[in-house]
Amino acid sequence: MTSLSLKNVSKSYGAVEVLRDIDLEIEEGELIVFVGPSGCGKSTLLRMIAGLETITSGDLEIDGAVVNDYPPAQRGIAMVFQSYALYPHMTVYDNMAFALKLAGKPKDEIERAVRDAAATLQLDHLLDRLPKALSGGQRQRVAIGRAIVRDPKVFLFDEPLSNLDAALRVATRIEIAQLKESMPGSTMIYVTHDQVEAMTLASRIVVLHGGNVEQFGPPLELYERPANTFVAQFIGSPAMNLIDATVASAGQVTTVTMADGGHADAPIGSSESDIGSAIKLGVRPEDLSVTDSDDYLVKATVEIVEALGETTVVYFKSQNGRDPMIAKLPGIHKIERGSELRLIASPEKLHLFDESGRSFLYR
Amino acid sequence: MSRMSIKREWVHGWLLLLPAMVFLFAFTHIPAVTTLINSFFSTPRGRRSAEFIGLENYQEMLTDDVFWKVLWNNLWYAIGTIPLSIALAIAMALWVNDKLAGRSFVRMAYFTPTVLPLIAVANIWMFFYTPSFGLFDQITGFLFGWPASNYLGNPETALNAIIVVTVWKEAGFFMIFYLAALQAIPVSLKEAAQIEGAGRWTVFWRITFPLLMPTTLFVGVNAVINSFRLVDHIFILTDGGPDNASALLLFYIYEVAFRFWETAYAATLTVALLVLLSLLAIGQFFFFDRKVHYK
Ligand SMILES: Nc1ncnc2c1ncn2[C@@H]1O[C@H](COP(=O)(O)OP(=O)(O)OP(=O)(O)O)[C@@H](O)[C@H]1O
Ligand SMILES: [Mg+2]
Repeated sequence: MTSLSLKNVSKSYGAVEVLRDIDLEIEEGELIVFVGPSGCGKSTLLRMIAGLETITSGDLEIDGAVVNDYPPAQRGIAMVFQSYALYPHMTVYDNMAFALKLAGKPKDEIERAVRDAAATLQLDHLLDRLPKALSGGQRQRVAIGRAIVRDPKVFLFDEPLSNLDAALRVATRIEIAQLKESMPGSTMIYVTHDQVEAMTLASRIVVLHGGNVEQFGPPLELYERPANTFVAQFIGSPAMNLIDATVASAGQVTTVTMADGGHADAPIGSSESDIGSAIKLGVRPEDLSVTDSDDYLVKATVEIVEALGETTVVYFKSQNGRDPMIAKLPGIHKIERGSELRLIASPEKLHLFDESGRSFLYR
Repeated sequence: MSRMSIKREWVHGWLLLLPAMVFLFAFTHIPAVTTLINSFFSTPRGRRSAEFIGLENYQEMLTDDVFWKVLWNNLWYAIGTIPLSIALAIAMALWVNDKLAGRSFVRMAYFTPTVLPLIAVANIWMFFYTPSFGLFDQITGFLFGWPASNYLGNPETALNAIIVVTVWKEAGFFMIFYLAALQAIPVSLKEAAQIEGAGRWTVFWRITFPLLMPTTLFVGVNAVINSFRLVDHIFILTDGGPDNASALLLFYIYEVAFRFWETAYAATLTVALLVLLSLLAIGQFFFFDRKVHYK
């Protein structure tokens, strides 16, 4: 069942258009993550769903009803802010009870809802404290508890973990994943620019860039079948290598050649008209391996070697001013700086993008 | 550390404190103590020097009708000016804190009365209040056909007329503090409350107002002190009259000291004023302490 849908939603501040024709269908029970570089409009989109920003054009539907003109409180959403936004003069209990009190719920019902949420989030012993007497992680949990007690149709999270330290981020991320599991019926939308959060939490990811949706799909689909060079390089770390190539032969399998004599047969369909066109061959650093044979993909000169134990990351000299290539080889390798390596990758790990950056898979 | 260097540091410290202490003692502590001492003596007249008379001045004060009258006036003045100027200050701050066209102009307009000296303010209002020709009479006469009225000359209205001037003068000043406090409240709190179903009114009473409490405490203490301290405009507007209807405690102290030259009695009244102010300030801190949340 569709829980939330955006139809041609756009947002402008004066003459500046920050979001353009966003179309998304979100099913009930999904955890959707919005990712994208800073300033791409993630927060703006989330705040439009919350009702904190007006929608310039297009329709926002929640549970089948167009809610463009509904005030935030009537949309059946709850939001967890990056800054937590706890009321500093109220105790944890009062913070969590605030919405229910405003809704005029009976006292015992409020008490039960707050205690239940507090138990789930291990906040029982903190109910009488003021927010200033809590740690960052505890504040975050109170903010989440405040959302839970209202039993909303849709939860909205705006970078909820960005104020926590690395260890706490991981712990809280896992808690959020467990929380989601314990509430299978609730829909969540989660904004982050941390791709690990995106990959681990999401049922589907929306990649935003420059006010457009670049791709919308499950995490592994974005990783394995990126729709364009932006997604290819945004998802995965280190980013996917893009190598200049020319289409040599087309068909079910596309053969491409590189300027340095390398070549590859990618099991990706192409048409006769592609032959001779300049394209980008994409290959992830972790899919590359070293070879001795003449049958290589690319060869490149080693610039820096980072031996991390579990992996060895090799940075190659950049050729004709392009981004330097990176290879991530499992285990320990003895590699000399300045040596020339020949690299290959298995054909099914290759990606092809046309001049405009679009993947051959999505043409 | 040797004895010598400890002593050196000690001397150093006192030397650094000295300039400020000299002034503080010369202009604050010594006069205050002298005032207290004077209040136990009679006023020296001609060749008769001051004599110790114990609490006689205080007894005189308690039986002085004018003292009770001005104290009562001061109470009304405080009740009339403090809540009203604070409420106005908050309302104006909320209003100019919103996004509105030309808000820096409005802010400046509200703040103008504050930068004007009280004497100048009094002269402006003198014109507003002038019977027949004044702004108020012109307006009420034109709109409702009311006869000319002498707001400042009527014992019924004189004090209220002064209260209006004071509120006008003070609200803009307090607004600045509230404006600063409002800007320190994160917008996300308001947004969170909005999402949780709070309307504008609820957001104000349940979120904004409690968070403004530290400012209200500060402004409140200042307003109380000001209600006993600011009397300049009375000299211009009513000179305490008619029949002491608009005289306040400090104004009365001035009269006693520099018009009647009863300096000892003036010292006694001053001690009473100081005690009263200290009690009020302390009481206010204790009262608010439980209600104020510093972040
Ligand atoms: N009130 C505003 N007026 C004009 N432009 C705005 C306003 N609010 C946001 N923008 C612009 O809209 C764009 C999107 O902002 P938004 O806050 O949604 O980015 P974001 O993706 O959340 O970034 P971040 O990851 O840094 O939080 C930005 O370019 C920003 O400059
Ligand atoms: Mg943001």
